Amino acid sequence: MNGPHDLGGQMGFGPVAPEKNEPYFHAEWEKRALGITLSCGAFGAWSIDESRHARERIPPAEYLSASYYEIWTRALEELLERHGFATRSEIDASVKLTEAATPKRILKADMVPAVLAKGGPCDRPVETQPLFRPGDKVRTRNFNPETDTRLPRYARAKCGVVEAVQGSFVFPDDNAHGKGENPQWVYTVVFDAGEIWGEGADPTLTVSIDAWESYLEHL
Amino acid sequence: MSGDHHHSHDHDHHHDHHHDHHHDHEHGHSHGHDHHHDNRYSDMEARVKALETVLVQKGLIDPAAIDAIVETYETKIGPRNGARVVAKAWTDETFAQWLKEDATAAIASLGYTGRQGEHMRAVFNTPETHNLVVCTLCSCYPWSVLGLPPVWYKAPAYRSRAVIDPRGVLEEFGLRLPETKKIRVWDSTAELRYLVIPERPDGTEALSEEELAVLVSRDSMIGTAVAGAPQ
Repeated sequence: MNGPHDLGGQMGFGPVAPEKNEPYFHAEWEKRALGITLSCGAFGAWSIDESRHARERIPPAEYLSASYYEIWTRALEELLERHGFATRSEIDASVKLTEAATPKRILKADMVPAVLAKGGPCDRPVETQPLFRPGDKVRTRNFNPETDTRLPRYARAKCGVVEAVQGSFVFPDDNAHGKGENPQWVYTVVFDAGEIWGEGADPTLTVSIDAWESYLEHL
Repeated sequence: MSGDHHHSHDHDHHHDHHHDHHHDHEHGHSHGHDHHHDNRYSDMEARVKALETVLVQKGLIDPAAIDAIVETYETKIGPRNGARVVAKAWTDETFAQWLKEDATAAIASLGYTGRQGEHMRAVFNTPETHNLVVCTLCSCYPWSVLGLPPVWYKAPAYRSRAVIDPRGVLEEFGLRLPETKKIRVWDSTAELRYLVIPERPDGTEALSEEELAVLVSRDSMIGTAVAGAPQ
């Protein structure tokens, strides 16, 4: 979707403000928000793609003024409600009011090291051969779905060169919406800045994205 | 910040105290205010506390697991991991080649695996090209080697500008690249996670791997700094 998250090339946010010796957390609640989000991810009820899409659907004015852990928390509440684990009314009241759905897994402290060390690999085998090879000239498709996609707006309908075939991975545009993992080949595609930004673009700049096969067509 | 005090009293007035400009007024919350945004999130500490409370009451989460996650990312997984990868690449040509060909396996050989590092790629700075990593769509970042991302990496200013004005961004980090140096920006739009291998600073031939690792900052592995630069 053309949501507030798709930030590449937008202007007006001011300078980047790196903080010297930045702590990992700026408040205690951020620690809890991280831990709760990861713990709920362990339920096995939603994918990282569904989770990302829940964040993208936060209304733009709210998304852009929220800290990242607030974005996570808002999206988590949506996912918890959608999947029957907790309602916003319960969180408003800070008390259990309904029975929860049954998760596939509840993360206990002794499971944490193994779960974090394993992560969630999302490479999947496909039976087809890659349609594109390194060096191929390609154009990205032009589409504007209301659903999740990982093709940023700035890189749509742009001509670039395939630099590498990176393997085959779960297709988020489907998986975010419960339509299955439907893995596809993923390619690193490089664009000259002039192709993306046109007049005045930095001539020394190239930008790459990692693109699923169906985002691309041969030139 | 307000620290780690935990409220022992029930507060069921979450809706009542969020109107910063009105809550001193008598009955200010009970009438007359249009709600154009979601006030649930105006006090994040209270909101997240309520979220944890409900999930614990339902037996869905284990507070000790949250503590363990936080401890892991505060003390075990951070940019020192990535610095070891870089220092080894600088001193061990075979390892550097392995990193180029199969970064996930090479990095795993040092014990760094897992969440948000499942599919790693190492990109090497050269005299001709400087690499910079961003995630314009969210905040994808190689947690297994760099730990949790800094706030600026996740914020709109960096995510919007890194792909269109990387030189301007780098100058805000105090890094001015030669005008002839090429810049390659890697937008992490899929599940590959990128680690920049900065150039080894001149005059470091005599240093050990451990001494070299000290020169490798977090930012130099994102591409917003170079190794060995004065902090």
